[in-house]
Amino acid sequence: MNLIDAIVQGILLGGLYALFAAGLSLIFGVMRLVNIAHGDFIVLAAYIAMVIIQSTGMNAFASLILVVPLMAALGYVIQRFILNKTLGDDLLPPILVTFGLAVVIQNTLLTVFETNTRRLSAGPIETASVAVGPISLGVLPLLTFAVAVGLILLLEVGFFRSRIGRAFRATSDDPATAQAIGVDTRHIFALAMALSFAVIAVAGVLLAVRSNFDPFSGPARLIYGFEAVIIGGLGSLWGTLAGGIVIGVSQAIGAQISPAFQTLAGHLVFFAVLAIKPRGLFPRMD
Amino acid sequence: MADPILSVRGLSSGYGDFQALFDVSFDLAEASVLGVVGANGAGKSTLFKSIMGLLPRGGDMVAFRGKPIGHVRSDRMARLGIVMVPEGRRLFRSLTVEENLNIAADHGRKGDWSPRRVYDLFPILGEKRRQQATQLSGGQQQMVAIGRALVANPDVVLFDEISLGLAPIVVNDVYAALPKIIETGISAVVVEQDVDRVMKLADSLVCLVEGHVALSGAASEFTKAQLTAAYFGEEPA
Repeated sequence: MNLIDAIVQGILLGGLYALFAAGLSLIFGVMRLVNIAHGDFIVLAAYIAMVIIQSTGMNAFASLILVVPLMAALGYVIQRFILNKTLGDDLLPPILVTFGLAVVIQNTLLTVFETNTRRLSAGPIETASVAVGPISLGVLPLLTFAVAVGLILLLEVGFFRSRIGRAFRATSDDPATAQAIGVDTRHIFALAMALSFAVIAVAGVLLAVRSNFDPFSGPARLIYGFEAVIIGGLGSLWGTLAGGIVIGVSQAIGAQISPAFQTLAGHLVFFAVLAIKPRGLFPRMD
Repeated sequence: MADPILSVRGLSSGYGDFQALFDVSFDLAEASVLGVVGANGAGKSTLFKSIMGLLPRGGDMVAFRGKPIGHVRSDRMARLGIVMVPEGRRLFRSLTVEENLNIAADHGRKGDWSPRRVYDLFPILGEKRRQQATQLSGGQQQMVAIGRALVANPDVVLFDEISLGLAPIVVNDVYAALPKIIETGISAVVVEQDVDRVMKLADSLVCLVEGHVALSGAASEFTKAQLTAAYFGEEPA
C-alpha cells in the first residue's frame, strides 16, 4: 500500500513539475529559446505575490489576479526589448543572456529580501486532505495537479483552435515565411513569452504555498522543469505533463527507499529515459 | 507607359559579405506580367527576398505606386499589397491546408480573394482542406502556396520558381491558373528557369546574369535565341 500511496503522491507532485515545465516547453516550441532564468522567474513571482499579500492582505490564490498580469507584462517586455535581439541561427546568445538574467534576479532578490526563507500562507487548505480508500490525498497537491492539467489543456486548445495559436504554430514552423505573409514575429515571440510568464506566475504561487523559498530556490525548479520537458519530448505540452509525472513518481518512490534518495531518483530516471529514448517519450519536433 | 506599380532602382543586396545583386533596375507595369529569367545563382531568389525585405535593401531602391518602400519591414509588405510565393513553397507544416490559407488571410488585406475562392480556382484543395499541407503532392502544395499569396488580396505577387521540382504535366496545371489570376487585375513578377514558359506568359522580361541585369525590355522585342544567349551570359549578337 505504501507503494501505491507513493505513486499517487508522485503523480500529484508531477503536476507541480509540469507547471514548472509548461512555460519552458511553450517558448522552446515557439522560438527555440531555452530560458535559463525560468526557475528564477518562478521565485520572483513568489516574491511578488508575497509583497502583494503583505501590502493588501489578500489570500495567496487571490493574489494571482495581480501576479499573473504583472508577470505576463514583464515577460512581454523582456522578450520584446531584450531577448528578441538575441534570437537568430545561433542558440547560444539567448542562453547566455537568460543566464545573465538569472544572476541579476537572484542577486536583486538577495539585496531586497535577504536570505531568509519565506513561505506564503493560504490558510487551512494547506493541510486539508481527503481520504480516498486507504490513501489520504492533500487538497493542495490535488488542486496543483488539476491546475496543471487545466492550464495545459487550455494552452493546447488555444494552440490548435485560435487565430493567435495558428500564428504561434506558423512562426514555430518557419519564422521567415510567417513574416513574409505578414505575421509580426517579434510580437508573436513576445506574446509567447508573456504566456509562459503567466504560467510561471501560477507555478510560483503554488510553489510558495507548498514549500519554503529563498532567492536561490530558482535553479532547482529549472532543473525539474527542464527534465520534464526533455522526458516528455520537445514541443509537446502533454508530453511535458507526462514528463513531470515521471519525475514526481520517481522521486516519491525514491523517497520510499530512502529520504536522501528522493531527488537523486528523479535525476537517475531522467538519465535512463534519455539513454533509451533520447528524443523523449512523445517527440513532436524534428 | 503608365506609371509602374512596382519599380526597382539600383538594387544591390546579398548575404553578409557576399553581394548577390548589383545595381538591378526594372519596372512592373500595372496588371502586367514581368518574367525574370536566369541560371541558378543568378540572383533571382535574392531579388525577391530583397524586395520583400527579408534581405537588406536601401530605402529608395524599391518603390510601390511611386512611393519608396525600401524601409518597410517584411511583415508589413502583405498589408501594403505585395506578397511572395516563395521558392520551395515553404508551407507551414504543422498547419492544415485551410489553416495555411487562413493565417495569410488574417494578416493580409480585405478583398474578393478568400479561401473559398481559392478552392474554386483549385478544387482539389477544397477536398483536402483539412489535411496537413505538407502531406499533399508537390503540385497541390504549390497550389496552396499560390492560394496563400492570393488570400492576402495583393496588388503584386512575386512567383518564385513555381515549377521547381514538379513533373511537367503538373507544371502545366499550376501554370494554367496564372492567366486566371492575372485577369483579376493582379500584377505579377514570375521567376522561372524555363525560358519558353516565361516567353508565353510575360509582357516584359528581365534576364539576370551573376547578379546583373543582362537584358531587359518588352517580351516582344526578343527572340528565344537572344534570351537564351543572355541566359548563358553570352554577349548579345
